Formats: sequence, C-alpha cells, structure tokens
Amino acid sequence: MNFGFSISPSSHIMMDDVSRKRFDALKKTEPDIAICMSCGSCTATCTAGANAEVSLRRMILMLQRGKDDEALAMASRCLLCGKCYLVCPRGINTRHVLLSISKCLGHDEDI
Amino acid sequence: MLDDMNKVVIKGGGAAGLRAASRLKRNGIDTVVIERESTLGGHLAQWDRLFPDGQKAKDVLDRLLSDINGVEVMTNHTITEIQRENDIFKIKLDDNTVIQADAVLDTTGFDIFKAEKKQEYGYGIYDRVITNAELESFFKTGSDRRIDNPKKIGFVHCVGSRDIKVGNTYCSKVCCATALKQACEMREAFPESEVYTFYMDLRMFGKGYEDLYLKAQQDYGVKCVRGRVSEVAEAKDGRLVIKAEDTLLGKPLKMTLDLLVLMCGMERKDGFIATKNGFVEQNITDEKGIFVAGTAIQPMTLPETIANADAAVLDIVEFLKRRK
Ligand code: SF4
Ligand code: SF4
Ligand code: SF4
Repeated sequence: MNFGFSISPSSHIMMDDVSRKRFDALKKTEPDIAICMSCGSCTATCTAGANAEVSLRRMILMLQRGKDDEALAMASRCLLCGKCYLVCPRGINTRHVLLSISKCLGHDEDI
Repeated sequence: MLDDMNKVVIKGGGAAGLRAASRLKRNGIDTVVIERESTLGGHLAQWDRLFPDGQKAKDVLDRLLSDINGVEVMTNHTITEIQRENDIFKIKLDDNTVIQADAVLDTTGFDIFKAEKKQEYGYGIYDRVITNAELESFFKTGSDRRIDNPKKIGFVHCVGSRDIKVGNTYCSKVCCATALKQACEMREAFPESEVYTFYMDLRMFGKGYEDLYLKAQQDYGVKCVRGRVSEVAEAKDGRLVIKAEDTLLGKPLKMTLDLLVLMCGMERKDGFIATKNGFVEQNITDEKGIFVAGTAIQPMTLPETIANADAAVLDIVEFLKRRK
C-alpha cells in the first residue's frame, strides 16, 4: 500500500541490539582503547584529517556503538603517520590501534 | 591566654562538627556538640567506602569520634533559639535547657537532593531507579530487594545539581567521583554486569580522582557516556528504557537497563550559609560570634570539609583571644 510517504528508520542507536563482540575482540589486542577520554587531540592533529574525515576519537566511539563499518571506512583513510601517537595524553599507541582496527575487523588487505 | 570560661556550641555532629570539636578541645576550649539525631557522624555514618581509594568510611568516622573523647555531646537535641545578650549567646534547646556560650559554630551540613523532584527519572515510581545513598547502604548491608543480580547498570550524574529548573545552579562536587567509585564497586559485586555512567562533564579534580577515572576505564571496564539521561520509562518486565544522547558522537541512544542509580547532589532547605568573604573570611558570618564550617557553606568533599573545620577553629580561637 502506498500512503504517499515513507517512514525513515529511527536515528536512535539501539544499544540493546549493538553487538560488542568485535569491540571486545579488539580490546583483547588493544586494551588501551578502553582508556580513551575523548579529548580529540588525535583528530585535531591528524595528517589525513586535513583532507578527509578521519578521527580516531570517533572511531573508538563508533566501535562501541556498533558502527563498525563506518569506523573501518574511516580507518582505511589513515596514513599511519603516527602523529596522533605523539599527542595522545593517555599514551595510547594510536597507530597500533589503527592497524588493529583494520586487522580485527577482517580487512587487513586494506592496509 | 584563653580563660576557661570560654565555651563554644557546635550545631551539628557530622564530619565538620566532630573535627572542629576535637580541635577546639585541643586548644583548651570548652565545647559542646548538639546533634539532632541519636547518633553522631551525619552523612559519613551512612557511607560504606570513600572515594578515591575505597577507604572505609567507618575508619574515618571512628578516628573523628575517638578524637573528641571528653567533649560534651548532646544527641537527640535541637536548638530552638539563639539569643544574644551583649557578647554572650543563650542557646535554648528543645527540652528548654539553656547553654551559655561565647561563640557558635554551625556545622549543619547538607541534605541530599530529593530524587522524586526530577520526575523524568521516575524515582519512587519505577522500582529499579535508586539513589546513590541507597546504593551506598546496599554496599554496607549487602541487601536491597531492588538490586537483583543486575546485568546492565546505569548511573546518572548531576541529579539535582547544575539544574536551573530545580533551583540548584551549582555543582555538588562529590558525585562524579562517587559515581565512578560506585560503578567500580558494582563491577566488583556483579562481574558479569555492564556499567554505564552518563555525565555532562567528569569533574575529577581532587587528589587521586583522575586516577580513579583511569582505573574505572582500564581495570573495571566502566563505560562513560557523555550525555545526560533525558527520560526513563519502564518496560513490561520492569526493566528500564533510558534515552540519552551520545554527545561525542552526536547520536541519540536508547538502552534497556536493570538498574539506574541517580547521583543526587547536595542542597539545603534554606540555602547555603553566606560567609563574609569567600577567600579570606570563609568561616565568618555577618553575625559576630557565629561561625560556620563544612557543607553548610557549599558542597565540599570530605577532606575539604575537615580542612574547612580546622580553619573555622582557628578563626574561633582568634576571636576568643581578641575579646579578652
Ligand atoms: S596515524 Fe592516521 S589517524 Fe593518526 S594522525 Fe596519522 S593519519 Fe591521522
Ligand atoms: S588523543 Fe588519545 S585520549 Fe584523546 S581522543 Fe585521541 S585516542 Fe582518545
Ligand atoms: S560532581 Fe559531577 S555529577 Fe556532581 S554535580 Fe558536579 S558535575 Fe555533576
């Protein structure tokens, strides 16, 4: 039946449906992703971020909210230059985290 | 020298009152503590462990109590009237006793914000919405029928604080650290659980607080979400459906929880007590001879309260000396 309109899917993230499997798997290799405090230093200083949307801060959040594909797409734009590692106040080995994101999510051929 | 006619009445036998009493005693000043409840200790007597490192509240309280050994204490009493005659206060109690004193120290502290005032959180309506104070007594007693092996637990920061609508514009200072302390304790008590905290800012300013934040994330896997819970609804099975925005991702969230803990802040029915100067006369009121210390002035952590009581004692000692 055509009512002349359609209903767009809810923009809410339904946390009950979010699988944490992949995030938890990633956390095993990269326990430091749990201590990110979302300061944004990595994003602000990102080399690739000047020309494309790359934000490690957002990637870490996306992975916790079930947005693995978006996180992976973002990780694929990373140049692995390691600048973010220099500025992270929590001393997270961000470059290694970025590599692991691609690996753990099963797309290591992208690197 | 202070002559032994000097007497100070302390109104309130919580942390600030007890500390001030012990310090006045050490300065040789005759002191009496008036406490409206049947026991001393105020809120401190209700807490189980203290942030940031989990020291037992009881140990701190026992120390404060042993330090006032010998000070006159009147529990189950309230002050009904304070009259001034020249430089002497006549303090009338509810049983018509009158105590004469040279100075009065108000350490009447704070009340916990009444959670039912924030109707959108459903406290008092939904069974699984509890307060920070109730969770603390669960840790103390080990029993609360509402806490039944919860798998998903949420903490809401700033309940009744930083909220113009309820009339409390200030930050209560202690609830961020309390939330993370309690979040870790819940992970300890229920290792299978997932614990989320919903904050607007994490105000971890004190010694060891930032380390507590790191520990909560690193060792306890506590998940801190920046965003305030906007509403709570009860599902058919009694679980709670909450809404909040993940403001760092810019996306609204919905989540079902087994338990929601409201971090109720501090308030006082008639407001916090004003002092002469917030920098250099922090314990002196406009009323000569009447001093104030602790959370009756503003929200304070326990170490701040104790330091503040010490400062008030110094002001009182100087005041009594100067009057000679
Ligand atoms: S390593 Fe990747 S994310 Fe980090 S600054 Fe370089 S390009 Fe950006
Ligand atoms: S710099 Fe480090 S702590 Fe800050 S957002 Fe990036 S990863 Fe997180
Ligand atoms: S200490 Fe934290 S939870 Fe408490 S009122 Fe301040 S910001 Fe809110």
